Amino acid sequence: MDVLFGIFAQAPDFFIFLLLFVVGYIFGRIAEASHYRSIRAREKELAGVLVFSNRFPPNQSQPREAVLVAGSVVISDDYFKHAVAGLQTFFGGRLRSYEALVDRARREAVLRMKAEAVRHHSKLIINVKFQTYAVPGKSAMGAVELLAYGTALAPLSGVQHPGIPQSTAA
Amino acid sequence: MVITNIEMIPGKRVVKHLGLVQGSTVRAKHVGKDIMAGFKNIVGGELKSYTELLNESRQEATNRMIEQATAAGANAILNVRFSTSSITQGAAELFAYGTAVVIE
Repeated sequence: MDVLFGIFAQAPDFFIFLLLFVVGYIFGRIAEASHYRSIRAREKELAGVLVFSNRFPPNQSQPREAVLVAGSVVISDDYFKHAVAGLQTFFGGRLRSYEALVDRARREAVLRMKAEAVRHHSKLIINVKFQTYAVPGKSAMGAVELLAYGTALAPLSGVQHPGIPQSTAA
Repeated sequence: MVITNIEMIPGKRVVKHLGLVQGSTVRAKHVGKDIMAGFKNIVGGELKSYTELLNESRQEATNRMIEQATAAGANAILNVRFSTSSITQGAAELFAYGTAVVIE
């Protein structure tokens, strides 16, 4: 114990760094694991909504409701990821911890876009575009915004179309 | 007003092209929100206040684009694109643009 206090008295900055490093690691791991669980569950739920990057709908002459839908999320890194990435940028190469961060954000953005399409009674999104934006902040900040947007196509309200299943149509 | 990011509306014919319409807004963060985000930055996870801020700003930019299109007499905007850029430390510009058209 005396040794620890000795270190703290000598270099309080290092002690704070170590504490944030450990706290960041533990809470960051927990947050990432629970986010991935939630992402997988919702991806299964929304698997019926089809997402394409095609510019044109499958059947261009068929009249359909077209709505712009978008989903976005800002996700922050944790202290551990930030410190490790700082070290790794010295050597270059893959930053696995940041790859996971951006992957989570992108999948979350797509899920939110799909959820908006469902609210418009659509099961098809075309011409999907992605945009990544590093949110500017203090130097210690590492936050990224992922935006996904596209055009949701839905059957015209009140009109029946062959090929598009209507919920309870007799 | 129909808004899409494709170049047509399925089953509808474009009667008239009215040209480019655009809307933009520059937003800065709230100090309180920034402090909260600073804490969240240690443990990681979604910064909900930032997500909301950027969403609201994008909506604002879209609304300005729609205003411009309405003033030009359009009833649809096609091929809409978004762009985000940081202007200075702590401020971002949200920009939306598209082609205003009249559809039958």
